[in-house]
Amino acid sequence: MNVILIAVIVLGGIGLVAALILFLAGKKFAVHEDERIAKVAEVLPQANCGGCGFPGCSGFAGACVKAADKGSLEGLLCPVGGQAVMEQVADILGMKAEASAPKVAVVRCNGTCESRPRVAEFDGAQSCKVQQMLGSGETACAFGCLGCGDCVAACQFDAIRMNPETGLPEVDEEKCTACGACSKACPRGIIEIRLKGLKNRRVVVLCNNKDKGAQTRKACSVGCIACQKCVKVCKFEAITVDANLAHIDAEKCKLCRKCEDECPQHAIQAFNFPPRKPKAEEAQSPTSPTPNPSPVREGE
Amino acid sequence: MPDMSNSSKVSTPLPTREGQGGGSKPIISLSPHVHGGDSVQKNMYGVCIALVPALIASLYFFGLGSAIVLATSVAACVFFEWAITRFILGREKLTICDGSAMLTGLLLGFNLPSNLPIWIIIIGALVAIGIGKLTFGGLGTNPFNPALVGRVFLLISFPVQMTSWPVSGQMGYVDVETAATPLAIMKTAIKTGDASLLNDLPSSLDMLLGQTGGSLGEISALCLLIGCIYMLVRKIITWHIPVSILCTVFVLAGLFHLIDPSYANPVQVILSGGLMLGACFMATDYVTSPMTGKGQLIYGVAIGVLTVLIRDFGSYPEGMSFAILIMNGFTPLINTYVKPKRFGEVKK
Amino acid sequence: MKTFHIGGVHPAENKLSAASPIKVAAIPKQAVFSMFQHIGAPAVPVVKKGDEVKVGTLLGEAGKGLSVPVFSSVSGKVSKVDAVLDSSGTRRMAVVVDVEGDEWLETIDRSDKLVTMKDLGNITSEEVVNRIKAAGIVGMGGATFPTGVKLMPPPGTKAEAIIVNAVECEPYLTADHRLMLEKPEQILVGVQLIKHAVNCPKAFIGIEMNKPDAIKLLTDLLKEKATQYPGIEVVPLKVKYPQGGEKQLIDAVIGRQVPAPPALPINVGAIVQNVGTVYAIYEAVTKRKPLIERIITVTGKSVKQPSNFLARIGTPMQQLIDEAGGLPEDTGKIIGGGPMMGRALMSLEVPVTKGSSGLLLMTEKESRRGEVSPCIRCGKCVSACPMGLEPYLLASYTRLKDWDGCEKNDVTSCIECGSCAFTCPSNRPLLDNIRVAKQTVMGIIKARHMESISKK
Repeated sequence: MNVILIAVIVLGGIGLVAALILFLAGKKFAVHEDERIAKVAEVLPQANCGGCGFPGCSGFAGACVKAADKGSLEGLLCPVGGQAVMEQVADILGMKAEASAPKVAVVRCNGTCESRPRVAEFDGAQSCKVQQMLGSGETACAFGCLGCGDCVAACQFDAIRMNPETGLPEVDEEKCTACGACSKACPRGIIEIRLKGLKNRRVVVLCNNKDKGAQTRKACSVGCIACQKCVKVCKFEAITVDANLAHIDAEKCKLCRKCEDECPQHAIQAFNFPPRKPKAEEAQSPTSPTPNPSPVREGE
Repeated sequence: MPDMSNSSKVSTPLPTREGQGGGSKPIISLSPHVHGGDSVQKNMYGVCIALVPALIASLYFFGLGSAIVLATSVAACVFFEWAITRFILGREKLTICDGSAMLTGLLLGFNLPSNLPIWIIIIGALVAIGIGKLTFGGLGTNPFNPALVGRVFLLISFPVQMTSWPVSGQMGYVDVETAATPLAIMKTAIKTGDASLLNDLPSSLDMLLGQTGGSLGEISALCLLIGCIYMLVRKIITWHIPVSILCTVFVLAGLFHLIDPSYANPVQVILSGGLMLGACFMATDYVTSPMTGKGQLIYGVAIGVLTVLIRDFGSYPEGMSFAILIMNGFTPLINTYVKPKRFGEVKK
Repeated sequence: MKTFHIGGVHPAENKLSAASPIKVAAIPKQAVFSMFQHIGAPAVPVVKKGDEVKVGTLLGEAGKGLSVPVFSSVSGKVSKVDAVLDSSGTRRMAVVVDVEGDEWLETIDRSDKLVTMKDLGNITSEEVVNRIKAAGIVGMGGATFPTGVKLMPPPGTKAEAIIVNAVECEPYLTADHRLMLEKPEQILVGVQLIKHAVNCPKAFIGIEMNKPDAIKLLTDLLKEKATQYPGIEVVPLKVKYPQGGEKQLIDAVIGRQVPAPPALPINVGAIVQNVGTVYAIYEAVTKRKPLIERIITVTGKSVKQPSNFLARIGTPMQQLIDEAGGLPEDTGKIIGGGPMMGRALMSLEVPVTKGSSGLLLMTEKESRRGEVSPCIRCGKCVSACPMGLEPYLLASYTRLKDWDGCEKNDVTSCIECGSCAFTCPSNRPLLDNIRVAKQTVMGIIKARHMESISKK
């Protein structure tokens, strides 16, 4: 009996002292967090995927509150929750949600193994950043994909994969949340976060080469040579050529596909369009130096 | 960045472009373009070679028994390494060639008495390789020395078999007499406080050469020292760990001996038990010891202190393996806080 | 024997061309002058297509800030001013000259006669520095830092010791070794000029023990003409890589360690100049010859005649290889510089530049890196690192993209000597990863700096 009593008293005493210490410590070291952070975090998906570029959902919530204090939520997007969640967040913070059209990552290089022969062999840590330090890398194109998959490693959503046949990364549009991690990881800035477009249809210049036309042609058979033909054919002034590289403004592009037909290098490609009428296809294929990989890449 | 190694890359055959060097493409890589030629294999087999003198000594003193124990242990370790990586982890790459499994087997065998039943050895090998090493991902990622994990597991699970050592010099395998090891004598002397018991200890010379009872590899301190010097010369290990352990044990044991003569004299303490084997071969294991010289000194001193404390005040006669395992656990901490002196760093 | 105090490795020396005297390489048919032959801002071309140039004509003037001019090493006609592939593997601005004859500017003294300090009379320090700057001289050991800038210590610092870097710790390379054997007195005059320029009484010439002939020659010369060349001392050093690193050399010769960046060697009172640079200074000051040629070692185990060439800057590498016996069949890697810190070249069309100390051809077999296995945490990289860093840790932080951790562990102190990757038994590409980390951390630091400025 005595033993039990002593045990109870001792343990109880320890418990009391510990509780007291905890209570005092809790008072002394209390961290005052902005209440809004917790509220914002509540409406977030709590997947802690990091797709927004912040460490977890609470990190993103903190960033939102900070941005709201500065007066704008621009540039902040929860890729998983999308527009709906951002509107809720904006409501909590008394802001207006930025209208954001859905976007997707686009790999602006089509230099496959056939079209862009390797002129050297890279031996070293398999990282694009490392290969980038060696000038133009394995191929003669100093702007094209290096093929070591830094973007694949950066993707949190398993939305980008290397295609061993082409040596290029491919984006799974279903999974891509346009968080931009791949774009940041690419040392050559090949991946563009682009408007998804009407019915997911897009016309894109699949090249990033800013060299002069003659040099581009030497390095790659499908590189943009800045011939301006696409600019001339475009009725909507959607195409500009800057630093020897054409670019199609996704907002201005009306998806007429005229430029695609016009491009002598087949650097412009259309995505997610229904198959063309046979006539157009016939006209296209014989001149093509490479059998065009099917532009419809969905569902792979 | 994916696995930043330059090993397996799916390279598709490409149309070769006429370039320099007889049409072949030049290789490009960042500097350095030469390598010193050191390899994991060289280091592992180097340690194995360093164990040869001790191996010969064990064969000489224990004969067939030691051969059976060592062969079983090495074979079992290599087999488990292969079987587990191949069938449980599903790795294609063969890792048994790097010599680490063989080394673990040898060291495990060296830590066992020569008359241990084969099935116990196999269990020890399974624990060493399976739990000690591959659970954590294999070579390079194991926090504890696999051979010691196996040994301590056996020591705790089969205390009787693990601590009945045949007297050295007996060539037979079964039905051997067992005798008190020097460590057991020392322990009794401390417990009873009777310094005269220490007179039963074999002479220092006998202990140096190996005329004493004990596990296979630990009896001949001389052979182990030869191996250690070989490793130092080949630059497989640095002096920090063995020297710091031996010095610490010597100083601390000497101190106890001076205070109370019922503690054995420091020379005999150093020559007895697994101390030499532990200091030269087990504590110096690359994976589980600190990276910097300074860190290794701290690690060695701590092992020395712990060994003496366990030997003199613990319930086990031998403390080396526990001391090493405990300090293995502290290695990440040492690596985090003990930094090498940076070039041009000014002392604050 | 003196040497530096932290880390270091000992690669096989392979000084195949040590016994072959310097040969004058033929003048190329076409020479390419990159505007990016130095650290800092590129030179700005001042010629245009069709211009006639002579040897010594200014092709590009120094850009803004840290920069040096570029001179023509040939005579002929400018065929284009355009972006050309250079040794960095990228296209950069260059002047291409089609060679006709070999006409030199009259201001350049082409005689071999030794000009001593006495002959120069009362030349002022400023005049020496100005002539060096005007000649477009950069560090010729490979770092290509503008020499003129180095010879103007910032206020508050004083040069206490000139250290001549004649270590040549890179395996294979022998250009500096041959230069010392063939132009010893010119080098000593060059050292005197540097001493004069920065008003420093003491100079050391650090030479590794694997060049005993050079040590003996210079020591004897200094003994013989002690009054003519006062205050110069030859310091034999133990053979260890990377002794030729500026910081390591200062540590080895005068026992002082330069603190982490942004500290410079001059903060501990030292100015280090490569022996090739010293020779270029001699020629620039006494002969008024701009930096238009340099000594380059063409070597490799499969090369027929490993040689040292005196080549005009702008000469295509292909031509030098042809002169050394042609490109071997089994060449796998072409390295501009030495094997420890050189750059792998993609093409032999690239020209010799001010910083080209060597051209090394490696066989296919030598070129491939070994198979990578997991880190066994042996700590050999830590003990090899001459900067006292932990390469294994930096490499794994890189993999985890923990740039903060990299910065805290002093990744920016890395001198990229390659000792860690050289010594790694698991063949891990440690330096590849550390370079990524260093680049990223430097970027972060710069961004932070810009932000703090904009806030102010």
